[in-house]
Amino acid sequence: MIEVLQFEFMRNALMAGLLASLICGVIGSLIVINRLVFLSGGIAHSAYGGIGLAFFLGLPFMAGAFFFSFLSAMIMAAVSTRSKQRADTIIGVMWAVGMAVGILLIDITPGYNVDLMSYLFGSILSVPRSDLLIMAIAGGAILLLVFYFFNDLLIMSYDEEFALVRGVPVRRLYYMLIGIVAITVVMMVQVVGLILVIALLTIPPYIAEKYTKSLVQMMVLSCMLGMAFTTGGLWISYRLDLTSGAVIIFLAGSGFFLSLVLDSLITLNKRRLTIKSHQEMSG
Amino acid sequence: MRNIVAEINDLCFSYSGKEVLHNIDLVVNQGDFIAVVGPNGGGKTTLLKLIVGLLKPTRGKVRLAGGKAPKKGVEIGYVPQQIDHNLSFPATALDVVMMGKHVPEQRLMFNRSRKDRKDGLAALEKMGIAEFADRKISDLSGGQRQRVLIARALVTEPELLVLDEPTASIDSRGQTQFYQLLQGLNKELTILMVSHDLLSVSAYAKSVACVNRRLHYHQAFETSGELLDAVYSCSVYDSCPVTVPFPDSRTSELSKEAAND
Repeated sequence: MIEVLQFEFMRNALMAGLLASLICGVIGSLIVINRLVFLSGGIAHSAYGGIGLAFFLGLPFMAGAFFFSFLSAMIMAAVSTRSKQRADTIIGVMWAVGMAVGILLIDITPGYNVDLMSYLFGSILSVPRSDLLIMAIAGGAILLLVFYFFNDLLIMSYDEEFALVRGVPVRRLYYMLIGIVAITVVMMVQVVGLILVIALLTIPPYIAEKYTKSLVQMMVLSCMLGMAFTTGGLWISYRLDLTSGAVIIFLAGSGFFLSLVLDSLITLNKRRLTIKSHQEMSG
Repeated sequence: MRNIVAEINDLCFSYSGKEVLHNIDLVVNQGDFIAVVGPNGGGKTTLLKLIVGLLKPTRGKVRLAGGKAPKKGVEIGYVPQQIDHNLSFPATALDVVMMGKHVPEQRLMFNRSRKDRKDGLAALEKMGIAEFADRKISDLSGGQRQRVLIARALVTEPELLVLDEPTASIDSRGQTQFYQLLQGLNKELTILMVSHDLLSVSAYAKSVACVNRRLHYHQAFETSGELLDAVYSCSVYDSCPVTVPFPDSRTSELSKEAAND
């Protein structure tokens, strides 16, 4: 494994993976406990429109994707607070339209066709240093925000009405959270691709939630799981010469199913113990 | 004369063009134990949300009296309807209770946490579930979770405790214990509670407010029998103009008999 790190692109890839896991662990936990997975999916896919826009205008990819995702995220946040009943439908519409706009914009851009696959499935092996720096700064800012508002976010996530009664600025916090999700998603697109963003944001927190007793523990465990998946995935993809983004997600998916198996074993064991104690009591 | 805790004057509330509450007047005095009864969709929960400030009235006002901290108004402990939608939430019973201690203006003061913890444990103790403090909330029963939510309201040191159908997920034996517990709490604080369970209401509450778009308040009673009469008479127009039709068969038969008389 060590000898792999003599290549700069491998070191950058590893750094990107670790950074991504850290941010995904924290933000993914908030996404899962607030049931924002579908909304995050919508943001991730409408980011595609931003990528198309960036190419059409000749802007850097990050700028276009960031602008577009942030805008659509704010619209989705407004929709999901105003008309809760049909929020998922409207997010679904924006999801599809965002992608279509992206493809159309790339179609009408003169010149050569961009390799869209790298944006769908990520290009972790070609993350430049400059992007790493942006990721570190934006990630740091996001984590600071979450740290500062941690208790407010915790209370809002558990019980929005109670939070309101306690004077927590729920509405503003909600928009902030969705904005943070948008920034996170754009950064992740670079690493694992937009198709696979959701998996990295949801699988580690989902597994972690079951085995932890507090949001902090959940965040820490999801960060560690994410790091294990990205590092392991990178190594396997290097050894077997496979697409790294897909391998990372495949590894995370395996972890997900393993945890399900572990769960049912724990449940079975609990039931066995209960039956045993009942038998002892009656016997 | 007892102190007024909350006063509602000529209040109306409309939601998307439909009037949910009309001309509501209600005075909550210190030490009251008021049960709010009425049909589904009659506006009970809406009334509670107006009182705790989650909704703004279309007309009229909810005035909360000065109490301990006149500037801030009366501290209200709010116990919402059982929230089961976020069951696997990663938090222990104590964590949830300590959420009540959160003051947004002081979010950076970490040194308070030891006292918060002590207060949280004391509130759980009061609710009789201190031994579950470190259990994850998903591992608790519905009744235990309900007590956790009340403990969360108690740590805010409220003068008025507002509960929305607190017994919905508790079995009947648990309910008796639960109401006795509320009765104990009522010695120190004022209680306003939405309930479907009329029999228990008549046994434990001191007065009844019937809500069905309008509100009719049945003042304090001498005996629980009188209160029971008031509760049932709500389905008879003569004695209670709000005319609350009761959903369960036993009471609707009663009201039919009464109507035939």
